[in-house]
Amino acid sequence: MSGDPILEVDNLAMRFGGIVAVNGLSFAARHGEITALIGPNGAGKTTVFNCITGFYKPTGGTIRLSHRDGKSYQLQRLNDFRISKIAKVARTFQNIRLFPGMTALENLMVAQHNALMRASGLTFLGLIGAPSWRSAEASAIELARIWLKRIGLLERADDAAGNLPYGDQRRLEIARAMCTTPALLCLDEPAAGLNARESAGLSELLMSIRAEGNTSILLIEHDMSVVMEISDHVVVLDYGVKIADGTPQHVRDDARVIAAYLGVEDDEVAAVEQELGL
Amino acid sequence: MDYFAQQLINGIVLGSIYGLIAIGYTMVYGIVGMINFAHGDVFMIGGFIALISFLILVSLGLTFVPVILLIVLLVSMAITALYGWTVERIAYRPLRHSFRLAPMLSAIGMSFVLMNYSQVAQGARVKPVPPIITGGYTLYEADGFVVRLSNIQIIVVITTVVLLAIFTWLVAKTRLGRDMRACEQDQTMAALLGVDVDRTISMTFVIGAALASVAGMMYLLYYGLVDFFMGFVAGIKAFTAAVLGGIGSLPGAMLGGLLIGLIETLWSAYFSVEYKDVAAFSILIIVLIFLPTGLLGRPEVEKV
Repeated sequence: MSGDPILEVDNLAMRFGGIVAVNGLSFAARHGEITALIGPNGAGKTTVFNCITGFYKPTGGTIRLSHRDGKSYQLQRLNDFRISKIAKVARTFQNIRLFPGMTALENLMVAQHNALMRASGLTFLGLIGAPSWRSAEASAIELARIWLKRIGLLERADDAAGNLPYGDQRRLEIARAMCTTPALLCLDEPAAGLNARESAGLSELLMSIRAEGNTSILLIEHDMSVVMEISDHVVVLDYGVKIADGTPQHVRDDARVIAAYLGVEDDEVAAVEQELGL
Repeated sequence: MDYFAQQLINGIVLGSIYGLIAIGYTMVYGIVGMINFAHGDVFMIGGFIALISFLILVSLGLTFVPVILLIVLLVSMAITALYGWTVERIAYRPLRHSFRLAPMLSAIGMSFVLMNYSQVAQGARVKPVPPIITGGYTLYEADGFVVRLSNIQIIVVITTVVLLAIFTWLVAKTRLGRDMRACEQDQTMAALLGVDVDRTISMTFVIGAALASVAGMMYLLYYGLVDFFMGFVAGIKAFTAAVLGGIGSLPGAMLGGLLIGLIETLWSAYFSVEYKDVAAFSILIIVLIFLPTGLLGRPEVEKV
């Protein structure tokens, strides 16, 4: 089934008053792939994420998410917790947003809210300790522990998340997003602030998620070593419009991408192309 | 010494009632960052519902006191919880994303609505009830002075301790408690993980109201009266208790409640009854000068 689109963004527009952050953007991300969204600072990448995850209501256009079972959802019509609950989209932020006062384990348990909610029969079965609830709670803890082990934080399960080192917090955030069993995982600059070794570990983690095949990944990233290594597909934005779309290799050689990153005016693109021998 | 021991007992009982109300203030503050000024009146409503359900049960011919008390407790918790839910739903939720002062003004308005509604529905006069739980133990007797521990005092303290234990377990160990703590720390993130923030906030109000209704019932049993105005003073005291203990902190609310109860009782016993409120509020001011976040409060961490 890999190859079918999971996310289809069609003619997306987002304006803040007179400022056009995203304009006429269309792209697709396919099931089982890692799609990277790159572009210079201020290109509108995070705005696109915010539209996908319901933070902003797009000014125009549609965002369609299709599950493998054929169900599809118009994300611009869902709001806050329903995007996670029904459409199964999870995200992380540029700055870390763990629950700092809760333990690492508890952070992963909150993410399994929906599974536990069903089992607890709207709270009351949980309060009286019904067996169905207990087994759901036990399997939630089990899943949390599996993820803690995968990110190497099993020993620190009971430490407050806010006390973990920065790199560990980054990985814990991804684990927490994965505990919602998402169909689409949106990562906003997961490698920001990581050293080379930690970035390599992150790439490995993302590749292992990709290998399992249940979760597709949409990634915003500035660290090109990560993007080029793990992405199947790269979409490049500049000033809110798409300037390139294709494999990492294709995008790397695109003159407009190079121009955008180096900051050349549109009418100089031809000159750059000539210089590069394209 | 005997006199002191007796006052200590009285203070702890009063403090337990304040503590139960204070938890409602501190929980709501923790999760939505507003002071629910109507909470004291929810406590008053709890007292009235306890009274009404008590009278209905007696008129139905029930005489076995423990059963009556249990039914009254459950009925009053359930109905008062419904009040708590309704207050949040109609007065606070529509203003959730409004400017900060709006829900506070709405809360003050709601407080008046509940107070006047009770006054109209139940009359302005104080409603007395005959003592329901009588008897007690004499702990100590000397020189004609008796230190007594009455059954109702035992019941108030035990009920408070049991409720606190259940409540602490709920917040620390259950899914609902985790959701509540998550919403407290980062509502947007909690919503992104699938937590229904509105529902979690509603549950917070429901639990707070249920605890306040127990306090209302205890007040009714202990003092033998309710009136439409009792929520105001008790509410302010419990709010003070929550601030003293460190607003947002649950053990702090209970500690603050006990301290306010003790200060008030001991001051009345040794100095003057007229100035007991002055004493309680003065101590609040002194504590806040030296510990601005209260006794057990954490300093506010600036979010990046």
